[in-house]
Amino acid sequence: MKKNARRWSAAALVLAGMLTITACGSSNANNANGAGGNAKANDGAATTASSDSKLYVPIISKGFQHQFWQAVKQGAEQAAAEFKVDITFEGPETEEQVDKQLEMLQVALDKKPSAIGFAALDSKASAPLLQKAKDANIPVIAFDSGVDSDIPLTTASTDNLAAAALAADKMAELIGGKGDIAVVAHDQTSLTGVQRRDGFVNEIKAKYPDIKIVDIQYGGDNLKATDLTKALLQGHPDLKGIFGTNEGAATGVVNGVTEAKMEGKVVIVGFDSGKTQMDAIRSGKMAGAITQNPVGIGYETVKAAVAAIKGETLPKSIDTGFYWYDKTNIDDPKIKAVLYE
Amino acid sequence: MKRPMLALDRRADSRPVVLKTGFMQQILAFGSLIALLIVFSVASENFFQFSNIVGILLSTAVTGVLALGATFVIITGGIDLSVGTVMTLSAVMTGVSISFWGTPIWTGLLVGVTTGALCGLVSGYAVARLRIPPFIATLAMMMIAKGLALVISGTKPVYFADAPGFSNIALGSVLENLIPGFSIPNAVLIFFGAAIIGSIVLTRTIVGRYNFAIGSNEEATRLSGVNVNFWKVVIYTITGAFTGIAGILIASRLNSAQPALGQGYELEAIAAVVIGGTSLSGGKGTIVGTVIGALIMSVLTNGLRILSVPQEWQTVVVGVVIFLAVYVDILRRRKAA
Repeated sequence: MKKNARRWSAAALVLAGMLTITACGSSNANNANGAGGNAKANDGAATTASSDSKLYVPIISKGFQHQFWQAVKQGAEQAAAEFKVDITFEGPETEEQVDKQLEMLQVALDKKPSAIGFAALDSKASAPLLQKAKDANIPVIAFDSGVDSDIPLTTASTDNLAAAALAADKMAELIGGKGDIAVVAHDQTSLTGVQRRDGFVNEIKAKYPDIKIVDIQYGGDNLKATDLTKALLQGHPDLKGIFGTNEGAATGVVNGVTEAKMEGKVVIVGFDSGKTQMDAIRSGKMAGAITQNPVGIGYETVKAAVAAIKGETLPKSIDTGFYWYDKTNIDDPKIKAVLYE
Repeated sequence: MKRPMLALDRRADSRPVVLKTGFMQQILAFGSLIALLIVFSVASENFFQFSNIVGILLSTAVTGVLALGATFVIITGGIDLSVGTVMTLSAVMTGVSISFWGTPIWTGLLVGVTTGALCGLVSGYAVARLRIPPFIATLAMMMIAKGLALVISGTKPVYFADAPGFSNIALGSVLENLIPGFSIPNAVLIFFGAAIIGSIVLTRTIVGRYNFAIGSNEEATRLSGVNVNFWKVVIYTITGAFTGIAGILIASRLNSAQPALGQGYELEAIAAVVIGGTSLSGGKGTIVGTVIGALIMSVLTNGLRILSVPQEWQTVVVGVVIFLAVYVDILRRRKAA
């Protein structure tokens, strides 16, 4: 009996551990981000000493590690150089860490910035802090996904519903308007995950009665998406096409189809870019993908922030656009500019 | 050296072999695996096909090798939470070696395994010499490895574009060359090969004997003159080396080292170990059990996916299975006591 108790306490410890891990693991990466941010802030301070009036715009993103966010950051830095403002760019590690993001927003507000760029993970949760920003007369520019509030002066984002609907039209065209297809979405709770899934599903339902979506599975991590794609193909041998809703999901679909030796038999439509996806499109394994304009999102956010500081009026939303790209136009300069490896 | 060993042997021999090895749990686990295979085969005609069985084996390889390594540490009564992210760090280092430094593939493999082993060595040293509890020491290592993987890779995936043969390590098939049509990927062979080596180390070598001895009663082992600290470091290093192999496998399978991936894999590995009958309080466990545990996890996910069970429910089912597995183990031990 005593031994059992020991075992149970060990189990309890493990459970407690899991919680700690998730919490601590994230704070780790955030610290890393923070460190980067601080370094930049110091650079800024050094330059401010010479030119006192330089504006400071912290950007709080939804993520940091993904290539997509790195591209947003790149765009923001371009605009920062162009308009001579200092920026910092940080974001939580996963799109579930609402609390971490709020902490970052709080810290950013405490630094009394000239304006803030913010991509909310959870609009409602961030409402009190946004109110604080408004009370302090700090203009807020939303980006990537809309904030459900009238405080942000404008939103620079991709219309994900429309982008996914375009993916659906392309898919329908490629499979000849009928057959079974499936969706591998990157997650079931985030706004982009939900909108891209729904945008795709609704378009198919509304316009293509002969196409049936037989399964929707979730896996944003390449390996998970690879395995689940293989299971999808196994469970539905007649599958005509698969839509992957972000870089991780789409590259997983490519891997899974390749491993199952079904290249050419299944039409793959992806989202975003990254080297694996671009190679797959060039080699014909993937029919094509929708790309957002992440560099544009970053750029427009900072540009709008500068305009807001100057007191200019801004449109309610800035559509940063999306494009369909495939083998034929992947090397187009216009497309190439928004793709990232 | 000989004498303390004898003393330990006598102590171990006083218990029936069945209880010492968790034999019953293994039978149960194996039975559940077979039952699952039957249920899914009946439920979907697409399940029991050569290609799908190969798919299941392939999807077991990465977490399976991680779990093999974790088995060693768990038998000492310790835990290694760092295996997921150390795997990632090993993958990144393999990529850095092959793609950035331009080394031959085999050097890259060596770098990957060494990275894993070094992380294990550091964890082991922290646990054995610095007396940091395993939970905390490996939690710290988890974060260190994760951060380093991001820093070294520059938060970008590392691709193996200049080493076209690299993806064959996991996805090529040596077996197919020998027996045409028998296309079992190398990753599966590596997994089973690693399991055989792990099993030999655990049951036939002095490291294995001390591993069980430390897990059963660390103080008694120390008092019988065994250098417990030294062997603990060795055991954590072994876990690390297995983790390094897993890192190579995942990098090869994805033909890239993904620096942001990996966290959470340690819990899947621990779950596989526990389902396989290894006791978290130490002293008991087998490699065969871990292999079966890992297979149960992937058969479950694969089968549920083929049946198009929503993903939310798949996760719930796996959770319930872990509960049941541990509870059955507890019932068995209660009966034995």
